[in-house]
Amino acid sequence: MSAMPAGRRGGLPFSYVIRNLFARRLTTALTAGGMALVVFVFATVLMLEQGLRSTLVSTGSPDNVLVIRRAAGAEVQSAVDRAQAAVVESHPAIAHGLDGRPLASREVVVLISLPKRGTELASNVVIRGVGEAGVALRPQVHLVEGRLFRPGSSEIVVGSSVRDRFAGAAPGDSLRFGTRDWRIVGVFDGGRSGFDSEIWGDADQMMQAFRRNAYSSLLMRLNDTMAFEAVKADLEGDPRLTLEARRETVFYAEQSETLARFIRILGLTLSVIFSIGAVIGAMITMYASVASRTAEIGTLRALGFQRSGILRAFVVESLVLGALGGVLGLGAASLMQLVTVSTVNWQSFAELAFSFRLTPGIALAAVGFGTGMGLAGGVLPAARASRLEIVDALRAA
Amino acid sequence: MFARLILRNALRHRLRTALTVLGIFVAILAFGLLATVVDAWYAGAEGASAARLVTRNAVSLVFPLPLTHREKLRQVEGVSRVSTANWFGGIYISPRNFFPQFAVDAQTYFDLYPEYRVPEAEMREFLRDRKGAIVGRKLADTYGWKVGDVVPLKGTIYAGNWEFVVRGIYDGRDAGTDTAQFFLHWAYLNESVRRLLPRRADTVGVFIVGIDEPGRAADIARAIDAQFRNSLAETLTETEKAFQLGFVAMTEAIVVAIRLVSYLVIFIIMAVMANTMSMSARERMPEYATLKAIGFRPARVAALVTGESVAIALAGTVLGIAATFPVAERFGRAMGSLFPVFRVSLDTVLLQLACALVIGLVAAFAPAWRAARVGIAEGLRA
Repeated sequence: MSAMPAGRRGGLPFSYVIRNLFARRLTTALTAGGMALVVFVFATVLMLEQGLRSTLVSTGSPDNVLVIRRAAGAEVQSAVDRAQAAVVESHPAIAHGLDGRPLASREVVVLISLPKRGTELASNVVIRGVGEAGVALRPQVHLVEGRLFRPGSSEIVVGSSVRDRFAGAAPGDSLRFGTRDWRIVGVFDGGRSGFDSEIWGDADQMMQAFRRNAYSSLLMRLNDTMAFEAVKADLEGDPRLTLEARRETVFYAEQSETLARFIRILGLTLSVIFSIGAVIGAMITMYASVASRTAEIGTLRALGFQRSGILRAFVVESLVLGALGGVLGLGAASLMQLVTVSTVNWQSFAELAFSFRLTPGIALAAVGFGTGMGLAGGVLPAARASRLEIVDALRAA
Repeated sequence: MFARLILRNALRHRLRTALTVLGIFVAILAFGLLATVVDAWYAGAEGASAARLVTRNAVSLVFPLPLTHREKLRQVEGVSRVSTANWFGGIYISPRNFFPQFAVDAQTYFDLYPEYRVPEAEMREFLRDRKGAIVGRKLADTYGWKVGDVVPLKGTIYAGNWEFVVRGIYDGRDAGTDTAQFFLHWAYLNESVRRLLPRRADTVGVFIVGIDEPGRAADIARAIDAQFRNSLAETLTETEKAFQLGFVAMTEAIVVAIRLVSYLVIFIIMAVMANTMSMSARERMPEYATLKAIGFRPARVAALVTGESVAIALAGTVLGIAATFPVAERFGRAMGSLFPVFRVSLDTVLLQLACALVIGLVAAFAPAWRAARVGIAEGLRA
């Protein structure tokens, strides 16, 4: 504090704050550590929700339209019979491929239960029978191993998450369902979309195996994506059809709604409850910091520092404490990006793998949350420090 | 005398102690609620009976089984009763009002579930009315249904708008019984299905199989599955408990996360408490030196610090446990039928107490160690 007279008006220097925190290392570490844990919970919850949403949102393509039976919330519950599928495919707004056939895929979606790797527990996996255009309609999907299934055969390809998470689901293995053995001939990567958690095969083979006479859904691409509203009105107004059309992106975003909301509500409630504990911790630390420095504060005041300067110094001290907790918590949370979570999505009732995803917005929110906790804990003690009378404070020494 | 000293010490910094107690209170309350949420997750499995098996399609639950399996099932040795259930999956007004609905074989289903207590007169009414329904007490309370009310459901699996008349309300035999279910007549459902989707008629979701000797459950389950091997609909039979646990396992990641987080809150509060104790101990070093100077042994001084820490932790915990019950009840009501059974178990309370002890002891460890080791001259000089 050599530059004292000049620095007086401008308040206490920042280095004073830092030195104070450093002088009481254990207390600083414990307080910041508590806040770091809260920020960690806060950030991981937001990251989990973000991961879930972006996995399901990237599952859909904005140009694609998905047609399912009216009021069926998920593809598994839906049914579209052959006659209806033919009517839909004949709509003039549907794009055509180079071979002149409509870019539409009639699909069968069912669930089978497979044992998870490393446990005896089984979970539900989506089996999707796709039409010939099915793969082309999903540009984010590409093969990473082996080859694609041959149409008209009992061959299947598995998503990369399925290969990693389920037993006996690697190329060369066979899965038995629908009284048939299905040979796995390849692995595809869905570009971190929900397709990673699916198994694909030929739609018509699946229909026979499962003895169904109706498809589950119809996926198609439009010539002009702006024509969606018109197509939707046409299909839903057609008395021959009992179907509804949705943009594929919207459909998958809705699939994540319940689970994402649950994660968000639970996580934010917990963060708020936990932050009460951490704010109390900061408050205790700052009150103690004020109490142990009463004489020092008196001296500073006697030297000519204003009450506002003292107030500011203590508020900044607790802000730094909070920001430290925020950065530590965020650092720990960012490591969670390496972890993949899989759980059953309640709306589709199938296993879905997704990972924690950190965005700049979440990082900002986490550090802001930590700083906010520091502020909440520091204001009252700082106010007490600034209200001390010079004489009393000096006598306390 | 010693206890009074501890108490006096704890009350010296009233604000600090009050804040610490408040922090522990919040943490213990949160811990209790989270443990109760996890319990609620397992409620279905807890309420499962050992005398019931569930037979489903081996491929997965979305595939039905033909009703014709029923007679063969009944012939399997050790099987005493067979009933059926179909997941109806209707929406009551909005998808947010979720509760399970089963289309059951009305004549036999409730014989297999003695824990669902339906008044005899209401049961007779239900059996008489094909559009009738039996609903759980919790469900009736949540949506304000009375006997005779009409409940509209929008079908997702069985398309269309359905209306059912509440003919009876069942109570649970004990507190752990799920009373948030809705039962309707399978026969009525099947009639409509036959008309609209003939291929899906005469199928059931699962068979509920009653057995006399729970000890032979595994053998009987194997015998049932062997009966249908290589048929068009192969079966998978497991005990009701395993069946329910299968559902829990699917969302295991969430349960694990909740468990982790509930221990994290204890960690957070431990840091806060440790901070409080180390600050108090630092301020009182000269006193500890004085106590030693007048003949207190180091262990005694350490006990003084530890006692104070545990006392503060216990005070917060007792308040936290006391608050857990009313808060859990309110939370359970707010969640409605999502958690059919939501109550604080004795285990949860014991765990809360154990946490208090651990928090108090761990927080006191470093300060107590320092207080016990401080040299008299050094402490007095500070």
